[in-house]
Amino acid sequence: MADLLLTLSGVHTHIGPYHILHGVDFAVPDGEVTMLLGRNGAGKTTTLRSIMGLWTPTAGQIRFAGQDIAAMATPEIARLGIAYVPETMGIFTQLTVRENLLLATGPAGFKPHKLAEVLALFPVIELKFNQQAGGLSGGQKQMLAIARAIIEDRRLLVIDEPTKGLAPGVIVQLIEGFQRLKAARTTILLVEQNFEMARALGDSVAVMEDGCIVHRGAMADLAADTALQEHLLGLSLGALQ
Amino acid sequence: MKPVAPYLLLPVIMLLAFPLMSGPSWIALTVAGLAMGMMLFLMASGLALVFGLMDVLNFAHGGFITLGAYIAVSVLAPLTGWVNAGSWELNLMARAAAMLAAAIVSGAAGLAFEAIVIRRVYGAHLQQVLITVGGLIVADQLIVAIWGTQPLPLQKPAVLRGSFQLGGAAIETYRMAAVVLGLLVYAGMHFILNRTRIGLVVRAGVENREMVEALGYRITRLFVGVFVAGSALAGLGGAMWAQYQETVTPAIGAEMMILVFIVVIIGGLGSIGGCFTGALLVGLTANYIGFLAPKLALGSNIALMVLILLWRPRGLFPVGGR
Ligand SMILES: Nc1ncnc2c1ncn2[C@@H]1O[C@H](COP(=O)(O)OP(=O)(O)O)[C@@H](O)[C@H]1O
Ligand SMILES: [Mg+2]
Repeated sequence: MADLLLTLSGVHTHIGPYHILHGVDFAVPDGEVTMLLGRNGAGKTTTLRSIMGLWTPTAGQIRFAGQDIAAMATPEIARLGIAYVPETMGIFTQLTVRENLLLATGPAGFKPHKLAEVLALFPVIELKFNQQAGGLSGGQKQMLAIARAIIEDRRLLVIDEPTKGLAPGVIVQLIEGFQRLKAARTTILLVEQNFEMARALGDSVAVMEDGCIVHRGAMADLAADTALQEHLLGLSLGALQ
Repeated sequence: MKPVAPYLLLPVIMLLAFPLMSGPSWIALTVAGLAMGMMLFLMASGLALVFGLMDVLNFAHGGFITLGAYIAVSVLAPLTGWVNAGSWELNLMARAAAMLAAAIVSGAAGLAFEAIVIRRVYGAHLQQVLITVGGLIVADQLIVAIWGTQPLPLQKPAVLRGSFQLGGAAIETYRMAAVVLGLLVYAGMHFILNRTRIGLVVRAGVENREMVEALGYRITRLFVGVFVAGSALAGLGGAMWAQYQETVTPAIGAEMMILVFIVVIIGGLGSIGGCFTGALLVGLTANYIGFLAPKLALGSNIALMVLILLWRPRGLFPVGGR
């Protein structure tokens, strides 16, 4: 078992008066892809936002690389080496594609080999490099959002439903992209509803329900057990396809 | 992807006014309108960025305009000799000293105001309105206590007092100077916003503050810088407007704020390009209508705002999710 890069223990999060997370426990091993699954409204996005400090947990611990980050401010958390791709992608539509990427680089700007790597992964970005990002299609925006997350070396990528609303062809491209990241042993925490994606990428999996983790294990075991899928997710993941 | 039509409004308004008056009047009013627009831009740009970046409604912004105007008076009073001297160098130094002092003092006041008041009311619009209006009342009273209620005269520098001929129209030198200075500040802001990392972060922050923080930028610190810069620019605009009017009253900020709000709303709440276009539109309209139908001058700018909002409900250059 690899070292744990990120560990959540007993995390409770309130949004205004609402108690959304009720003691979330799971961990992300270094160098692996961890899937976070669950029905709509289970609390996956809230969990990712709590990790990023966009909601501040009211109780519990979030340890990243040995440090408790639960009470830290978002910019400080990001500076520890965590890249976040929100469900809404967070593309700056008024900026160019290049400027969107540049924002995620260090003070020295683009590192040529990193830029080349990202453009090789998503060639369409090079075609649109100097255009306004607002003009990209949904799939292109998602590729840009992921490209922005990897334009510098990060220790952890936190990605929220990247295939949401995308056409099947684009999803295939995204899966290929993620597979290359996985092959390079990038540590990823990935929320996903698409079963192809989950099965193709996940090493381990955590399943949420009503603000709690209800299952943890190897992705392969869940993928093989349709009854368990049915029980945890309401319908077989395979049936989604 | 940037809309083109809003930019066309400027030439359209200029062309509309052209047949309504003599050629020389049109030239003179156009220059005056652009000059006024440049000064409005200085006063409005800070407000627009502060709103765009942090969603903060600062009704006390006019206080920085008034403060800048009075600082200019106080700095120029002992420099009367320089102001009246027929020498470019001395005139320029007096003016530079007045404008620099206005910007610095207003900027410092902005720094204090942000730390004492604004920081406590992030995200709460009603409280922002109440406390910044309160702050404005306090600031106005302080200004009256220091400088009194009587209008104070302010002389233009000697070398900028005359006029020169352009297309048969007499153009006041001071107006051209205001246009040039406004253009320089606009070019400077444009450069910072579009060619530097800080500018990039500001533009991104106006659109999606949360994502900028998730990329590791401490936006609250950046906001303090923008607030101070916006206050300093308002002070600078106030100092220029005071010299343009040749007199300062405690109401100077409040009077300009009506136009400044119209400019910011027309521009699209938070967009600098929109703010610039909006300021020139308001400056031109105020001058054309002030000449054609003086009684309608203020009403005409409100009408301009209403028409633009009917056409583009979120302003000329709406920003991000607003
Ligand atoms: N800003 C918010 N205000 C109030 N409730 C929210 C907010 N965001 C999410 N919730 C609630 O929290 C629960 C979990 O939402 P979310 O984390 O978005 O679920 P998921 O990402 O798993 O679909 C849902 O019941 C949702 O209605
Ligand atoms: Mg979600």
